[in-house]
Amino acid sequence: MNRDRLMRLLPWISTPLLLIAIVVVWDLYVRYSGISEYVVPAPRDAWISLLALLQEPATWTVHIWTTLLETLVGFAIAVVTGIAVGAVLGRVYWLESMLRPIIVALQVVPKVALIPIFIILFGFGVTAKIVTAAILAFFPIMLNVMLGVRSVSAGHREVMRSLGAGRWQTFRHLDFPSTLPYVFAGMEVGIVFALIGAIVGEYLGANEGLGNLVVVSLNALDAPRLFAVIILLAALGSVLYFGVTGLKRLMIPWHESVQQNQSG
Amino acid sequence: MNAARPELELVDVSKVFQSRQVATRALDAISVSVRPQEFISIIGRSGCGKTTLLRILAGLIKPTSGAVRAEGRSLWNGEARDQETIGKLGIVFQDANLFLWYTVAANVALPLRLRGVDRKTCDSRVSELCELVGLKGFEKSYPGELSGGMRQRASIARSLSYRPGILLMDEPFGALDALTRDRMNLELQSIAAATRATVVLVTHSITEAVFLSDRVILLSPRPGRIRSITDVPFARPRQVDLQTRPEFQDIVRTLRHQLDEGPHEQG
Repeated sequence: MNRDRLMRLLPWISTPLLLIAIVVVWDLYVRYSGISEYVVPAPRDAWISLLALLQEPATWTVHIWTTLLETLVGFAIAVVTGIAVGAVLGRVYWLESMLRPIIVALQVVPKVALIPIFIILFGFGVTAKIVTAAILAFFPIMLNVMLGVRSVSAGHREVMRSLGAGRWQTFRHLDFPSTLPYVFAGMEVGIVFALIGAIVGEYLGANEGLGNLVVVSLNALDAPRLFAVIILLAALGSVLYFGVTGLKRLMIPWHESVQQNQSG
Repeated sequence: MNAARPELELVDVSKVFQSRQVATRALDAISVSVRPQEFISIIGRSGCGKTTLLRILAGLIKPTSGAVRAEGRSLWNGEARDQETIGKLGIVFQDANLFLWYTVAANVALPLRLRGVDRKTCDSRVSELCELVGLKGFEKSYPGELSGGMRQRASIARSLSYRPGILLMDEPFGALDALTRDRMNLELQSIAAATRATVVLVTHSITEAVFLSDRVILLSPRPGRIRSITDVPFARPRQVDLQTRPEFQDIVRTLRHQLDEGPHEQG
């Protein structure tokens, strides 16, 4: 087996081994430290809880569905508005310098601190969480798009100019494809932020969703179930993240962030 | 009558760059006539305005005064570029400037697609050009996978795609190693012969200029003026060993002396 092939297989070998190692350490800790099972459950108990959780229809039709809906709708809003606002601010310099103080202020505010306000405004339903998810995901996307729009190479512009390309042609063949890697860089961060927004929103006030399930398990002092929900959340986050990177591979196979992983 | 008409013509061209405080005269009273199918090189030290001159020839910047004509027509209509005349020019930049998101084939076909040429014509033209510049078999590669020399080949193919009568090149081989550069020079010579294009080449290399050109224009700096125009009479096609002949080296030596005279001797 040559080196490149080994490098490609490495994560597929190391990841299960690492997971097993973590579970073993976890198990040994619970066994020998004497910690209460109400604080840290044994891996076995968490696993049984997880299986039970997955067998409850409400887990899928209510909780996962709700969280997924909030995250994806919020993310979609963030993608559309982030690209639009980023593109405009990237091109219109005076507007960007006029709005910069406000943008910085909005970025610096811990946005999860605004969630109670959204709950007051939009109630305990999905709307408040969608708004939170959208706002959290908006900033990384918008900032990346703004950077991307400004990073179009001057040499490339000159090529298009020398070929007599029109505005639309220049956008289609140059600005759009050149900015796409930045859009995806923003989306990779954005999808994670959107999930965080939805979950924290659910912590603070909801009747459904995985975040709500976390709070309910906590209040019931059901540690195995709490861990099971967190594992489920990690899995959901991974699926969403790999969805975005998969889309990236499909859309920009030429980009170095994709090619590095494929070489060999 | 037509044969006598210069293919490309600069008449008394000057360029002044105006910044807030100072006006810099980059080019001063440049007049050049390039004959059809002639190969001309422009050499000079860094900052002598040779790239500015090429950009004026390409219609990318407007001269402060004077006229630029290609095939007898001015590149400028008042403040607007005459797109039809500029469309007769092919430009190869110092950086290959390929679009990383397109394959070699799509990069080469880009100028044709911008002109609305149908896909089938594009495809046959692309394979013809890749053959010509030695990129056969790399049509489906992305620029990120190519070496510097191959990228510049693709860039040349792109600029030839719409069959421009005039090829303008701004130090196209400046970033290549010496051996690759020699090979590219030979190939550029055969490409120029095959396409019957008129070529204006800006370069740092005196040897490259003398080897490829019918005439070498030497610019002196600040302000950029024509210091000398040297005829290079050797027959074509030229082989690399021409560079070791005494007549060749004489021309190179003379040009080097002129180049060394330095900016203290203004003009």
